[in-house]
Amino acid sequence: MTPKVVLVAGVSRYLGARLARTLCDVPSIERVIGVDALPPSRELRANLGRTEFVRADIRNPLIGKVITTAGVDTVVHMNIRAAPHDSGGRSSMKEMNVIGTMQLLAACQKAETVRRLVVKSTTAVYGSSPRDPAMFTETMEPRSQPSSGYAKDAMEIEGYIRGFARRRPDVTLSVLRFTNFIGPHVASVLTEYFAMPVVPTVLGFDPRLQVLHEDDALEVLLRATLHELPGVFNVGADGVMLLSQAIRRAGRVGLPLPGFTAGIVDWALGHAGGLDYTTEQRRFLNHGRVVDTTRLKADFGYRPRYTTLEAFDDFVRGRNLRPVIDPARLASVQAHVLRLTRRLGRV
Amino acid sequence: MIPLRGPRPEPAPPVAAADEQPRVESALERRLAGGLAFLRRRLTGDYTVDEFGFDPDLTDHVIMPPLRPLYERWFRVEAIGLHNVPSTGGALVVANHSGTVPLDALMTGVALRDHHPAGRALRMLAADLVFTLPVVGAVARKAGHTLACNPDAERLLSAGEIAGVWPEGFKGIGKPFSERYKLQRFGRGGFVSAALRTGVPIIPVSIVGAEEIYPMVANLATLARLLGLPYLPITPTFPLLGPLGLIPLPSKWLIDFGEPIETAHYGAGAADDPMLVFNLTDQVRETIQQTLFTLLAQRRSVWS
Repeated sequence: MTPKVVLVAGVSRYLGARLARTLCDVPSIERVIGVDALPPSRELRANLGRTEFVRADIRNPLIGKVITTAGVDTVVHMNIRAAPHDSGGRSSMKEMNVIGTMQLLAACQKAETVRRLVVKSTTAVYGSSPRDPAMFTETMEPRSQPSSGYAKDAMEIEGYIRGFARRRPDVTLSVLRFTNFIGPHVASVLTEYFAMPVVPTVLGFDPRLQVLHEDDALEVLLRATLHELPGVFNVGADGVMLLSQAIRRAGRVGLPLPGFTAGIVDWALGHAGGLDYTTEQRRFLNHGRVVDTTRLKADFGYRPRYTTLEAFDDFVRGRNLRPVIDPARLASVQAHVLRLTRRLGRV
Repeated sequence: MIPLRGPRPEPAPPVAAADEQPRVESALERRLAGGLAFLRRRLTGDYTVDEFGFDPDLTDHVIMPPLRPLYERWFRVEAIGLHNVPSTGGALVVANHSGTVPLDALMTGVALRDHHPAGRALRMLAADLVFTLPVVGAVARKAGHTLACNPDAERLLSAGEIAGVWPEGFKGIGKPFSERYKLQRFGRGGFVSAALRTGVPIIPVSIVGAEEIYPMVANLATLARLLGLPYLPITPTFPLLGPLGLIPLPSKWLIDFGEPIETAHYGAGAADDPMLVFNLTDQVRETIQQTLFTLLAQRRSVWS
């Protein structure tokens, strides 16, 4: 089936808006409907092309009416939020994520026209602990069940999605478990974290991180929207980097603090820096997480263009992060010291 | 960015002969250049790690150097049968465990890296405890080691790496001195099924000498449990001599890499045959135990 009417839930944020805009350029698609509880920023709005924006909270039944009247055949659910602060607090975030998904799924179940559902999920469903295997495959269970926050929401959402799949086996379902996005335009807890001049880390821990470039994320969402690709897929770039390495590549200064100060540091960052990370995000920055993307390459048929390091470097360039220690300067110091010793050796 | 990956500093003799004045200078210069290039790479994050977090650059320049004098001078390790370890492709190294502190594992790593013709990196499968500890866990990951679990073992082996397991675990390393060189239970044979599934050879390794480095005469089991540790050793010198008691006794070591036990001909489905897994586990255990007895009979003294 080639999609004719696509509904993108969560269109007011960067990636959702970009997906809607790209779908507008696909000639076979007749209508693109963008839904979000909040209106997009003026900048994003100007870039939405022929997307019809409907301001609707996916928590209310209006969404069902939109789907049936427009005859939507493909639904892209991207309205799962990771950070409480841009969702009006944690309880509102949870309601938006979980109740919102339930409402959207209920509407999809009722609508005969819906044939394809694409869900933007997260690798946070695997949790993060020191007892994790080096890489998670799609069939693995988390070693420690996430007990709060985004990860728990995502787990519950995936549970409802499995229920939906049982009730509507005729709908092609693609669940995309993304790693953290990174790139010049991404604004997330992770990007704000690396933008701080001094980056606090947990002393004695250096997690492995895997990210995905925003362009690759868009390609994957687009591919899942346009093609028949049922299944659960881990979506992340090839390769990993260590947190300490990322901090150095971004030219930041790492500040390792003992684990017991983490609570105070979080509080201080939340108040002073506007960086508001939740317990499971701190666990992620403490223990890291890497997923196996064999299925993405073999079955889904996509190989990310950026590796983790390339994606991160593109973020550093795009955000114009000025390194605290200039690499060119270091290289010149190195050459200078060598010249000096050579001259001393000759004397 | 300018690629400044200069030539790696060679493991040249630290003190060069006096009659080679000009060559000493250039060697020193080379070392300095290598050191500076390394420092610059570290400061700018210009290096890559694999998906396990293995950082070969750091391992060769920072983690291995302090282990080498221990290997060469202190324990005077003799590695026998390194030709039994393949130069390419995966293999599973299985060894006995002893000595209170896992120096035996680290020395096996030095033997394979420095003395095997292909300079192979040993990727150990370590206990959960290692990765819950700060610093230790992070360093272990950077040195290429990972959690002892089947998915990781199979991932390493099918990627053509040499994985190392010490199936006795804490029962072996934390046993009293009176039980030295008596192999403990070999777990559930998870390592055998990983080898069967990936079709790599199992190389039984027998380590003599590590039992004597910290002879454990008593174990403060209750205190250990309170601290969440598997054991808390009392040795003749620790804690009696304080930090001095942390210095291992300079026993003479032998590391014998035995003949590989091939697993490829069993086929991948063999891993689901528990009887075969038990038999192979026993075979590996018996081979190591017999080799230990033979080596001990040949040994004249603990110290030389």
